Amino acid sequence: MFQFIFRRLSLVIPTFIGITLLTFTLIHMIPGDPIEVMAGERGVSPERHAELSAQLGLDKPLYEQYFHYVAGIVQGDLGESLVTHEPVMNEFMTLFPATVELAVCAAIFAILIGLPAGIFAAVKRGTIFDHSVMTFSLTGYSMPIFWWALLLMLVFSVTLGWTPVSGRIDVVYWIDNTTGFMLIDSWLSGEEGAFKSAVSHLILPSIVLGTIPMAVIARMTRSSMLEVLSEDYIRTARAKGIAPWRVIVIHALRNALIPVITVIGLQVGTLLSGAILTETVFAWPGIGKWLIESISRRDYPVVQGGILIVATIIIVVNLLVDIAYGVVNPRIRHNR
Amino acid sequence: MTTNTVSAPAPRTPIQEFWHYFSSNKGAVAGLVFIVLICFMAVFADVVAPHSPSAQVRDALLLPPAWLDGGSWSYLLGTDDVGRDIFSRLIYGARLSLSVGAFAVTISLVIGILLGLVAGYFKGVVDICIMRLVDIMLAMPSLLLAIAIVAILGPSIFNAALAISLVSLPNYVRLTRAATMAEMSRDYVTSSRVLGASPLRLMFVCILPNCLAPLIVQATLGFSSAILDMAALGFLGLGAQPPTPEWGSMLADALQFVQRAWWVVTFPGLMILITVLAFNLMGDGLRDALDPKLKQ
Repeated sequence: MFQFIFRRLSLVIPTFIGITLLTFTLIHMIPGDPIEVMAGERGVSPERHAELSAQLGLDKPLYEQYFHYVAGIVQGDLGESLVTHEPVMNEFMTLFPATVELAVCAAIFAILIGLPAGIFAAVKRGTIFDHSVMTFSLTGYSMPIFWWALLLMLVFSVTLGWTPVSGRIDVVYWIDNTTGFMLIDSWLSGEEGAFKSAVSHLILPSIVLGTIPMAVIARMTRSSMLEVLSEDYIRTARAKGIAPWRVIVIHALRNALIPVITVIGLQVGTLLSGAILTETVFAWPGIGKWLIESISRRDYPVVQGGILIVATIIIVVNLLVDIAYGVVNPRIRHNR
Repeated sequence: MTTNTVSAPAPRTPIQEFWHYFSSNKGAVAGLVFIVLICFMAVFADVVAPHSPSAQVRDALLLPPAWLDGGSWSYLLGTDDVGRDIFSRLIYGARLSLSVGAFAVTISLVIGILLGLVAGYFKGVVDICIMRLVDIMLAMPSLLLAIAIVAILGPSIFNAALAISLVSLPNYVRLTRAATMAEMSRDYVTSSRVLGASPLRLMFVCILPNCLAPLIVQATLGFSSAILDMAALGFLGLGAQPPTPEWGSMLADALQFVQRAWWVVTFPGLMILITVLAFNLMGDGLRDALDPKLKQ
């Protein structure tokens, strides 16, 4: 087991180095002189140019710049925002909880709907229910989520007035930022209606962000369940006279869940990139919106740092999923 | 004396067999029909579209679709905030989306096949290097990587298409590599090698034609994700720039009119959804028809 984890870890390190090379190259791929591009139309005096060059280390040879960059990363230093002059890491830390809150709620939504839908579709194979689940999941899988967000907003916020249009909580509440998670903070604040407001702000964005993962989970659960249900031990269990629900839930589901759990873990990437679109539509103050705004403000250190952190999170989560898969399924552990 | 001639049914040609399996999947056929239709509209946009995509009519601002009160049959799906016909813009948008899809798929297919063949054929260090590169690209969500590339190169249709082809590379490389490795151990490859075929001939004449089935399926699915990513980039303002009639950027332009004019928002998105769905349906059908191993 230890050896397995070690092998997986050793595969991750080259990938991580590759990512740092990539984000490092990004800033050098900007056409023209980076400092003039950063300064924009105002331009810079030659003295200021030299000063900035020295400050950013751009006057040193490339390999030295790269080692300096990596040394910074290892110490958690991702540079400073050109606009707010805050360290990129600090900005990230303030905004990250909002994205995590959204992504977790979206994942919960996706699992709560996708898993049962996939199980029922497999059990009722070939029925109208199965066909509709498959149709819906293929539609969800093909969904342009930014449009889906607008459509839901149009129906539930504008026409019916059930949910708020954007933001994390009503402006009338002033919630102390204790944990950064609005649901927890508004609960702790004890203000009447604050928690309810936070929940109502979360509903639409979670549904939107959870749609594609839900479709993927439903499809995966169905095919995995179908495979398991045709196994001999299921027939044996049925022949022994075990209650049908027990065969499905206890005997089949436990084995069918292994690939499904992997797929759920792999949805982290979908959730984080989907967050960029969802947060933009719902004005959700998370890292997705932050990245897009930084791009339009040409705040390159933020873009560079943000992409590096997001990629790192995805690598780490995929690694954890891999290890968890090895723990659950010994065949994987001993192979390779 | 009577002669009883017993004739076996004529064996089906590969194309007939393919069509037999493909047409048994109704969804795939529906997808194919829609794709043919939309390709036709895209090619003959100048004839099919009732209006120019950029013509602004001042006395027809935010006109609702024809079947609603106040709508006009000359603007089937209504008009946008500067009086442009939405139906015509959608048709011209199809031309753009399909060309971007074709461009992105072609580029990534060509580069992906090359890298995959080389990695699968030579193995060893070459393989490790290429696959590490692929792993790095796979660690990034495709949209995020595309955004990063466009952020640096600057927003334009061409840069967006380039970014999309780059981010879809890993799938093709992995598929070709896996198929190449499987084929390499076959007898026919060994015998060609013994006969003295050069590596290039082995790769492109012997191995590649036998790896095509999964690549065709992946290319179809790649089309749908290229269209989806292009629309997402357009929506974020990183793809086509206004006034280009692109589905995603049409949605972004319409954002401020959500409350007043639902049609400005609804139709472009519906168009994206149906087109992407059609390609996904067809991809599923192709996989069933081309890959007997996966047939249920």
